Amino acid sequence: MIRKKLLEKAEAATAMNAAATFVPEADAGVDASMFVPADFDASAGERGGYSNYSYWRSTLRGFLRNKAALGFLILLCTLILFTFVQPLIPGQRSPTKIHIDPATSMQYRNLTPSAEFWFGTNTIGQDLWSRIWSGTRTSLAIGLIVGVVEMLIGITFGAIWGYVRKFDAVITEIYNVINNIPTTIILMLLAYILRPSFKTMVIAMCATGWLGLARFVRNQIVIIRDREYNLASRCLGTPSRRIIVKNLLPYLVSVIMLQTALSIPGTIGWEVFLTYIGLGLPVSIPSLGNLVNEGRQIMMSPELRYQLLFPTIILSLITISFYVLGNAFSDASDPRNHV
Amino acid sequence: MLKYTLKRLAQSVVTIFIVISAVFLLMRLLPVEGYFGDGYDKLSESQREAVLQKMGLLDPWYVQIGAFYKGLARGNLGVSSIYRKDVPVLEVIAPRVPYSMRFGLVATGLALAAGLGMGVSMAKHKGKALDKLWTGYVVFVNAVPLAVYLLFIQLYGTSLFHLPLLFDKYRPASWILPALSMSLGGIAGYAMWMRRYMVDELNKDYIKLARAKGLSQSTIMVRHVMRNAYVPMAQYLPASILMTISGSIYIESLYSIPGMGGLLVDVIQRQDNPMVQGLVLIFSMVGIVGLFLGDMLMAVFDPRIKLSKSEASR
Repeated sequence: MIRKKLLEKAEAATAMNAAATFVPEADAGVDASMFVPADFDASAGERGGYSNYSYWRSTLRGFLRNKAALGFLILLCTLILFTFVQPLIPGQRSPTKIHIDPATSMQYRNLTPSAEFWFGTNTIGQDLWSRIWSGTRTSLAIGLIVGVVEMLIGITFGAIWGYVRKFDAVITEIYNVINNIPTTIILMLLAYILRPSFKTMVIAMCATGWLGLARFVRNQIVIIRDREYNLASRCLGTPSRRIIVKNLLPYLVSVIMLQTALSIPGTIGWEVFLTYIGLGLPVSIPSLGNLVNEGRQIMMSPELRYQLLFPTIILSLITISFYVLGNAFSDASDPRNHV
Repeated sequence: MLKYTLKRLAQSVVTIFIVISAVFLLMRLLPVEGYFGDGYDKLSESQREAVLQKMGLLDPWYVQIGAFYKGLARGNLGVSSIYRKDVPVLEVIAPRVPYSMRFGLVATGLALAAGLGMGVSMAKHKGKALDKLWTGYVVFVNAVPLAVYLLFIQLYGTSLFHLPLLFDKYRPASWILPALSMSLGGIAGYAMWMRRYMVDELNKDYIKLARAKGLSQSTIMVRHVMRNAYVPMAQYLPASILMTISGSIYIESLYSIPGMGGLLVDVIQRQDNPMVQGLVLIFSMVGIVGLFLGDMLMAVFDPRIKLSKSEASR
């Protein structure tokens, strides 16, 4: 009833406008037929504005535009793929086998890179080439496990911390206590108490790393928690869990991905540091930390420097790739950059 | 201001108590070998018990922690068990404090001066070659682990510039590399944030107005942009203190500087539990006090700071 009245009113108004507007005859493309009111169509009224915007497609497009990041992505994928394929290639040596010269029955010590040993051998005659790839596997595994665990703990804690007001004060106090102590000290203390092994190293690093991400997530959630769309969801009776997962977390993808991508090179660096102070993995497990440390001990003789150089080059390529990729992806996945 | 200071102070004191208790209790989880020194294997089971009994390590934990606090009140952190047997922990540490402090201060000062300068020059020449060069530096320092690039600085710094490889307190030249190494991370951090804040500030409308008024570029930079960009920079200072502490542990050990960081690495390698405990506590104290001073500084620096709110957001 009302709609009909409104329509009549609108029709009257347009008729008046049409009469009043002067339409020049000569203007091509514009003619009087364009100014005739359209028929009433109920479905047209339902149609909102839309575009074929897709979050992930825009993210991908933004990412592909960054040529440097693309280069690092290819480099990193090749490196990771190769580390895991390398032991399957025929003719590869064991990373822990000590090679002995059959003629003199002496160990092949400190052989410089050659056709036989591509990266040379180390001080006790182990093949550096296979040790480096085996070490990269270990370090990457630590980095990835720690990265994923930190991400899960960080998101869970950060979401609860930011969303549930009751816990805010308590967790903030806990955070303040932990945040006041240098991470290095916590990490050293934990590694010292737990005694070195693969498992304890992962535990020690997970225990310190998630805090930063949790805080980022918490701050973001506090900002967007009470926006209108979340208020509306809450009024409609949506459970908190669903609001957090569906409304809040997608907003945080870029922050989370950045933090996780940066935590992997961080973890690899901590591994090198802990190895240096004697809290690293046992020497029997090759890792980048162990290799760098072995190389460091003999770095003062210039002809043996290749033993330090090769592991650090691989390590730096990996950490720089993760760093650049994390930043590029975070830029690309930020919806504010998507226009 | 007074209320905020007192509240923040109370928070720091509570934190100190929690940290001391937590570290003490965690250290009790360690195997007891760390209290014996070299002769552990020679002792019989009952002799070991007697030694532990004498040290009070068989008492229930609440008695132990009470005794520890009592000792602490009198400035007693226990005695070293391996590194320098039966010498009080504080006596071992005391002569090393000046070295760590001097290096920390020099490194922080260097990082502030060089980092801010670098950030300003980056923001001034945004998008040009200089900006890209320094950005490359920042990416490198952030992406490559400290434990790796510092090794190469030591390696090539000594051979290319003929600088001493190890620290020697009578040779001023041996100060250069460690101090420089300690400030590299800080320089990158300050430069990155300074650039970001200045670029943010440059995009604001009042800068356009200032330019339209005919103010020269340098006046705009010094009078408006930099003054506003310094304020959020104060926020970064506490974090950089913590970073310097972390870096110093590695660098002091690398260059054999007789400071606390190098000592911590030594006693960890030799598993001297009381020494590790004492040093961890001291480093934590430095961190807590550093963050407290940083927060105070920030409150002084920024008149706009909403004191009650800033606590909630931290």
